[in-house]
Amino acid sequence: MESKKNTFKRRTMLYIPGNNPAMLQQGSVYGADGVLLDLEDAVALNQKDSARILVSHMLKYISYEACEVTVRVNHIDTPFGLDDLKQIVPLQPDAIRLPKVETLDEISRIIKLVEEIEDEHNLPHDKMNIHVMIETALGVQNVYDIAKYSPRIDAISIGGQDLAADMQLVKANDGVGIDYARKQIVMAAKACKIDVFDTVYVDVENEEGLREEAEYIKKLGFTGKAIINPRQIEIVNEVFTPTEQEIRKAVKIVKAFERNKKEGIGVFAVDGKMVDAPVVQRALRVLEMADIELADL
Amino acid sequence: MKLKIKAQAGSFESSDVLIMVEPLADGSGRRVELESIVMQQFGDDLLAQINKDLDVFEISDVRIIVNDKGALPPTISARLETALKRSAGIQSGTLN
Repeated sequence: MESKKNTFKRRTMLYIPGNNPAMLQQGSVYGADGVLLDLEDAVALNQKDSARILVSHMLKYISYEACEVTVRVNHIDTPFGLDDLKQIVPLQPDAIRLPKVETLDEISRIIKLVEEIEDEHNLPHDKMNIHVMIETALGVQNVYDIAKYSPRIDAISIGGQDLAADMQLVKANDGVGIDYARKQIVMAAKACKIDVFDTVYVDVENEEGLREEAEYIKKLGFTGKAIINPRQIEIVNEVFTPTEQEIRKAVKIVKAFERNKKEGIGVFAVDGKMVDAPVVQRALRVLEMADIELADL
Repeated sequence: MKLKIKAQAGSFESSDVLIMVEPLADGSGRRVELESIVMQQFGDDLLAQINKDLDVFEISDVRIIVNDKGALPPTISARLETALKRSAGIQSGTLN
């Protein structure tokens, strides 16, 4: 399967409450790679209409510069989900984020609705991406089938708080209870060659805890992490940005690979360690994350 | 759009605006009461925008009380649209 490429870095995606004009208008200044304009959990039930209208006006007016703009809509089976889609889909943000997707039937029903709305507005079906949130035990069980359902799905994410509630976990913040789900979701995303985002870290005061969690989920294979407070951005961006040492090592490996390739050698050694195709692939990923082009080496 | 009841939207938070609308009898015209922290600089612009939005919704007879805390044009338009739709009872998706 071909990797689905997007043009955005996706280390950090900042949730912005959809009914908060001050944060909505400043969304791109905090340094996150993406903004998630939230119509779901961050909006009180009696302000859903207000947030939906505000976000739709903001999308028309505000430039979020290089940030990827995603709108999280309400679940289609709530009284708000269909209205959210009808209002937001015609505006074609970079992506919409669908919460609590659990089954193949559900994702097919939602994408059909999205595409019907796009047809009504003479919009293409391949411009706006779809991000799927897995937030229940059933969703975790079905994640691969959901993720591979449509080429429009270019990212999945785990919603840790809701998943912990669905699993009836009393203590959720240490991540132990959702660890299996994290790994299952990462594996599904990798199998579909799409990006995968980790859940939010709710203890905003605990910066060391955030760093530890970010380092852990990076090792698991996550592309990046959802953020709930601007002060968390720098830490997570730093964790997901290659260090100078990692970049130097990657450059060395790629240069050695290019040299050896000309001589028809596939396996060679750099600093005493064997280098083969998967090692080169990982080195290329480091350079990509560091915004270094092969031509620049 | 036919307004039916008094309604409001927005807040007193910075960068927001609180807008209250009240339907008036036919022929009463528009009565806009505007208060803004940037009245001197943008008062005329705000008034023009509100009237333009009212034109879009074809509303002629209404009292509107606007308390602006430095909202951008999209926020003004959004809050006005929300208040009008709530007043007209056509706003779906809210439990309010």
